[in-house]
Amino acid sequence: MKYTKEEALIHKEYHSALCELLFQLADDDFILAYRGSEWLGLAPHIEEDVAFSSISQDMMGHAVIFYGMLEDLGIGKANDLAHDRPAEERKNAILLERVNGPGTYLHEPHYDWAFAVVRSYFYTGIKKIKIASLKNSSYIPLSQAAVKIEMELYYHLLHWKTWFTQLLGAGGEAKKRIEDAMAAVFPDLDGVFSFGAARTMFIRLALITSEEEIRQEWIQMMRPIFESLGINMPNSFGLESGNGRDGVHTEDLEAALKTLTEVYRIDQTASW
Amino acid sequence: MAETSSFDLLPDEQRLARFMERIETGEKIEADDWMPEDYRMTLIKLISMHGISEIMGALPEKEWVPKAPSLKRKLAIMAKVQDEMGHGQLLLRVAEDLMEPLLKSREHIIQDLLSGKLKFHNVFHMEAKTWGDAGLIGWLVDGAAIITQTNMLNASYGPYARALKRICAEEVFHAQHGEAIIMALAEGTGKQKAMIQDSIDRWWDALLMFFGPGDASTTGTSKQDITMKYKIRTKTNEELRQDFFSKYIPRVLSLGLKLPDETMHFDKTEGLWKYRQPDWSQFKQIIKNNGPKSRERLRLREISYTSNKWVLEALSVRV
Repeated sequence: MKYTKEEALIHKEYHSALCELLFQLADDDFILAYRGSEWLGLAPHIEEDVAFSSISQDMMGHAVIFYGMLEDLGIGKANDLAHDRPAEERKNAILLERVNGPGTYLHEPHYDWAFAVVRSYFYTGIKKIKIASLKNSSYIPLSQAAVKIEMELYYHLLHWKTWFTQLLGAGGEAKKRIEDAMAAVFPDLDGVFSFGAARTMFIRLALITSEEEIRQEWIQMMRPIFESLGINMPNSFGLESGNGRDGVHTEDLEAALKTLTEVYRIDQTASW
Repeated sequence: MAETSSFDLLPDEQRLARFMERIETGEKIEADDWMPEDYRMTLIKLISMHGISEIMGALPEKEWVPKAPSLKRKLAIMAKVQDEMGHGQLLLRVAEDLMEPLLKSREHIIQDLLSGKLKFHNVFHMEAKTWGDAGLIGWLVDGAAIITQTNMLNASYGPYARALKRICAEEVFHAQHGEAIIMALAEGTGKQKAMIQDSIDRWWDALLMFFGPGDASTTGTSKQDITMKYKIRTKTNEELRQDFFSKYIPRVLSLGLKLPDETMHFDKTEGLWKYRQPDWSQFKQIIKNNGPKSRERLRLREISYTSNKWVLEALSVRV
């Protein structure tokens, strides 16, 4: 069965599962777009600065779409959902909230480009598989949005794949740095696949395909690339820092929320 | 082809005469064309400074990108700062072509920036303390940039003129983006209104300095004469500053803001705005990288340069 917004508003169980999924999607894109915006002006070269910024803007745009759907479902204003929820209410995967590297974007930002490439590449691939599945979602507005989002993801994925293969293929220090970055990303990668406690509900209500299918599809997509570059994919990933879908988060998110709400909090009733 | 080779055989003074003739008739000079040395050097200095200023100019506003107070503002300011980086890229490409016969590249531009040899615009050495400053930069700094850049839209050097055409079109959006932030604050709470007045007060001198000193007596040198002789620009610094006043003073006042210069008035007989000169000795200090934020912003570029060196090395490997 397919649901319109009006129908979703009537069915309590459907409404609650749908909102849970939308929060996961929105919070993932929102926090990673934020991390991308911290990179502005600091990327390895000017051309990349421009390209990376486009991708971050697209991601922020996707977050706006998802928060907008939550607003339509009566959860609250999109702006407040993005800015006014404490860390424990956030549903993003922990991997995506992690800092870009030592320092802050204002002071001594010794950011790690290898980490940016690996995190962005892996996240984008997984997101693309989720979005492809969402094209068949039972929630009509979400399936329609997925069609548009998927077109943009084609370019994001191509971009990060190009970086990943070039840096690994170059060997030497670059290869070592990418391998180190993968060693930092894999132990938390399960958090990106996870749908948290709502996983069975998502499938029963035909909102999205299962975590397991998404994982298998991603491994299938990545395996030939790993093989061609002569690197191994671990047999299992991890959820070492905890599951963000359950509201478990790190100091990194707390600090990010403080920064990204600094002006918003001066006066929440004011129009900015 | 035959014409090119006969031109190549001419003595320098005749080539110069032909070159000046082309400029006088409004013809565009292209990257591969013969040009006098001082024309090339003036363009390299002007365009690499313009390009690097766009890149350094992204930094003060960038401070406010992650902090923008709503989803709409976050998206808009991300796009705006990205445009500035894009302008930097476009201009550095133009400068790189001019530098090629001198066997210099972008690497040299960045090195010169970090060593202090290549200056960036005075306005981007200033502190962007509040969200009001983020609005003001878009509104008045980009507004000022539109005025100086429009002045060069017909520059005799074709690649620069064409780059400026695109840049100016985007700057108009930026000024509107800045104005939208300022309007929201001006129509907002007392605290928000105070925020923009504070921004104007702190940025006023930097805005006056934006157009550069009236003549060479301030800094010892001025490129105004040579850039006008070669038809790169048409108006003097002071004429541009007057244009800025005419366009923006009425707008600033209409928002209920006060100018931090009680002597400012329009002299009808002279047809000129009369104003208090900013402290030009401070300007000299600022452009020597002794401004309030000069060191800190250069440090950001230096970190980006050094910590990403391995990336550039890896990019040069054919995979």
